[in-house]
Amino acid sequence: MAAAQIKRMTPYMFLAPAAAIMIVGLLYPIGYMVYASFLDWNPSQRIGEADFVGLRNYVTLLNDAAFRESAGVTLTFSAIVVVVEMVIGVGLALLLDRNIRGISVLRTLFILPMMIAPIVVGLMWRYMYHPSVGIFNQTLKEWGFEPIPWLSDSGWALTSIIIADIWQWTPFIFILALAALQSLPRTSLEAARIDGASGWQQIVYIKLPLMMPVLVVTALLRLIDSFKVLEVILVMTNGGPGLSTEILSLRISRTASEFRELGLAAAMSNYLLLILLTLTVIMFVYNKVVESRAQAIRQQAEEA
Amino acid sequence: MPRIRFDSVEKRFGQTMVLPPFDLDFDDGEFTVLVGPSGCGKSTTLRMLAGLEEVTSGEIWFDDRPISRLEPKDRDIAMVFQDYALYPHMNIAKNMSFALRLQKVPKAEIDAKVAKVAEMLGIEQLLGRKPGELSGGQRQRVAMGRALVRDASTFLFDEPLSNLDAKLRGKMRTELAEMRNTLDKNMVYVTHDQVEAMTLGDRIVVMANGLVQQQGSAEDLFKTPANKFVAGFIGSPTMNFLDATLVDDGGTLTAQGPGFSFALPPSMRERTAGLSGPEVIAGIRPASFALAPDDAPAGSRIDLSIKVSEYLGTQTILVTTCGDHEILVELDSGARFQRGTTMGFVVDPETIMIFDKKTELRL
Repeated sequence: MAAAQIKRMTPYMFLAPAAAIMIVGLLYPIGYMVYASFLDWNPSQRIGEADFVGLRNYVTLLNDAAFRESAGVTLTFSAIVVVVEMVIGVGLALLLDRNIRGISVLRTLFILPMMIAPIVVGLMWRYMYHPSVGIFNQTLKEWGFEPIPWLSDSGWALTSIIIADIWQWTPFIFILALAALQSLPRTSLEAARIDGASGWQQIVYIKLPLMMPVLVVTALLRLIDSFKVLEVILVMTNGGPGLSTEILSLRISRTASEFRELGLAAAMSNYLLLILLTLTVIMFVYNKVVESRAQAIRQQAEEA
Repeated sequence: MPRIRFDSVEKRFGQTMVLPPFDLDFDDGEFTVLVGPSGCGKSTTLRMLAGLEEVTSGEIWFDDRPISRLEPKDRDIAMVFQDYALYPHMNIAKNMSFALRLQKVPKAEIDAKVAKVAEMLGIEQLLGRKPGELSGGQRQRVAMGRALVRDASTFLFDEPLSNLDAKLRGKMRTELAEMRNTLDKNMVYVTHDQVEAMTLGDRIVVMANGLVQQQGSAEDLFKTPANKFVAGFIGSPTMNFLDATLVDDGGTLTAQGPGFSFALPPSMRERTAGLSGPEVIAGIRPASFALAPDDAPAGSRIDLSIKVSEYLGTQTILVTTCGDHEILVELDSGARFQRGTTMGFVVDPETIMIFDKKTELRL
């Protein structure tokens, strides 16, 4: 082979291992799942033996009240946790973005919940929510209130898992928001102070808008993650009471293992994937358009 | 416009003394330039004036109003930053009007003010754009415009031109000089560039190592520098410093060193009388040298061997050596200079400055 040809091939050779991992670890399973969603497939069959049913699984799901309820629970859960976590996380970051003694200890403490394994978080909260010996009901009783059926009442169960999720994942937003805050252009904030902005006005007019790109990505990451939450809910309620906390990922897992409908489970996963993919693509396209437009105008300005 | 006065203002960061107590006094309507090498404390001084940095002790007065404990917004100042500090998410009109909008000025009035300043700076066509869509020079103008719209009594500039390329910097410098004449404002300007300082400042404050070295007009600083630092900092190319010994042979006082001997004017005798020893530093500006005529007396000429000749058009800068000293000479470009040759030069005795070797003060 000519030397020039080898030189041209070099970057591809370096890329090859990563590409191979991508194909084996990502594209193949996704392709497998997409294919499986067109099959009426029982776990006792090999994939080749399953009947091809086209889009039947997808149509079945749309008409399945349990699936729709599950999707509704997921959307409610995700919307609430993302909004509440964003508000608390960003608020905490704004509060703790200052140099006072012991602040780094405080910051570390705040991100502890995120480091705990989800199963442990689920167990921990299950015990805290325990109707008679849990700390919440104990405290309520001490203060003379009625105990609350945290996990056993279908009206309360969703609230309870939302509280646990907020406890665990607000720190994620907190650290990203804090990092965004600390990388803001300091002089723009100083300029705002000179322009007469109060602390609150600096937050509303300067800090939040400048953090927005990071916050959008953070919210999206959290949204994707919240669509997939499983372990904590599995441990705490296992989807009950009734279907009140049966989020999609739990339903997918049950459809595959309990109902033994692999094709249906795959189709459900694909619906989930589709929603998330749409969200992500919209965001990336929007960013790209805004960026390239700004760059084009700047280039014109520099040349002029 | 208020008269600005620093009264034994001091700045420490924790235990570190950054600026020992100092006094400064700016006249009403004056363009003051704080100049010095980086780390000299000029930016800190400006930031204390702006309220972005706390004063450790002492007080800053605007006329008879103490302002060192006031928030920046209550000081009636506007500031232009080195990196312009525009708000990246707002368009230019919004950037310029931010302060007015916070003050709840009526919209029609804001629009009129912004339009007027934009026209003055020639940035009308940029008002709808975002800062990220502007070139460096345009951003600089917008930063200037944002300060002007405020109509504050005092304008602070923190190295506003140092991020521009040389050509643009020259142009903006001229515009600033024009603006200084048309606006009746206090202006305080920080720079490390002595050319900017000399061309813009009514009063120049030279700082080094946290100390005010000298203040005065450009001419004062150039002709009567207080010490060796100011003499070396002001003027381009920089002044030559030669270690010399004063020799008084009864009739004339001379400064002598290896390879040179300069007769000093009679007035120097008095001024050097208090010195403890004969060791001094002689300072000679590059432009003070002239080619020695053939009949120059041997005692007052200096022989320099030419290392490099830099042709700049009208002027030529010669980098020469005399013993261990490197000496810059600035001459009209009439003659041609050969590298490696040695030539004789004379210096007008009146232009030679003598500095105390110990205190580095000018005598």
